[in-house]
Amino acid sequence: MHINDTDRRILRYIQADPHSPVSELADRAGLTPALFARRLERMREAGILKAIREEINWPALGYEVEVSLRFNLDKTAPRAFDDFIEAARNVPEVISIGTFLGQVDVRLQIIAKDMSDYQRIYREHILPLPHIADIEALMLVAPIQERSAVPI
Amino acid sequence: MKIELDEIDREIIKSLSEDANLSAGAIGRRLGLSQPAAWRRIKRIRDGGIFKERRVDLDLNQLGFGVTVLLGIKLGSKGRVALEEFERAVCAIPEVQTVQHVLGLYDYRVKIVARDISDFERILRRRIMTLPGAGNVESNVLLSEELRPGPL
Repeated sequence: MHINDTDRRILRYIQADPHSPVSELADRAGLTPALFARRLERMREAGILKAIREEINWPALGYEVEVSLRFNLDKTAPRAFDDFIEAARNVPEVISIGTFLGQVDVRLQIIAKDMSDYQRIYREHILPLPHIADIEALMLVAPIQERSAVPI
Repeated sequence: MKIELDEIDREIIKSLSEDANLSAGAIGRRLGLSQPAAWRRIKRIRDGGIFKERRVDLDLNQLGFGVTVLLGIKLGSKGRVALEEFERAVCAIPEVQTVQHVLGLYDYRVKIVARDISDFERILRRRIMTLPGAGNVESNVLLSEELRPGPL
């Protein structure tokens, strides 16, 4: 799909304030609500706008610990990535799975209630994951910036 | 103060974390609740601080951002002033999405979006390498990212 300046403008306004209703955003962007809604729908259909989601505040649900685990996999096993990711999907505390090009092969973002809960998850669910060559952990101290908007 | 959640509340949180604009009526129908009952539960969840900022999920590739990179940055010099100065400067870079203060091999984890590899190289050289206090920098190019529902 070809994206023009109007589409970009629409996305900029949505990114800046995803809480406001379409009618209000259209007004701010200087477009009629009908045009705004139509173009938005077109971008949804083309998969450019995938979703507007509520992001869960895990600490408010009692998950105080967040750790980024970086894995190197044993690449001599032909199905290393597939097996590992499939098994990682079954660990409920995993909130995101990323694959990379670089020194890290796969990263799992993990949440836990506290350090002893983390230790349990690490021992019982993470260490048994298949084809692990090396693991390294980064523990989140504080989010400094969380921007979901991109400079469109 | 943590709010008590039952199975239905968890389902509501899950639904809204996939589509923030679901109406109380739609959620009620899905879970067998009346519209007012669903509305009361949604309000309680929102007031309880269970959600952070809304997230607009876009297909970055279609918008011309072909490359997402995760950086691990180690500071050369530490101390309160160094941290604050670094954080202020890194957050001011428009291509920077998230900045996390972490504990482990690196001090900060930074997510960057770029148009392509040469655009990333420009950001890395002109913006990242020149950050006050930045020492060792490791880059990993994101190939895929899968968000998981988490332990709800």
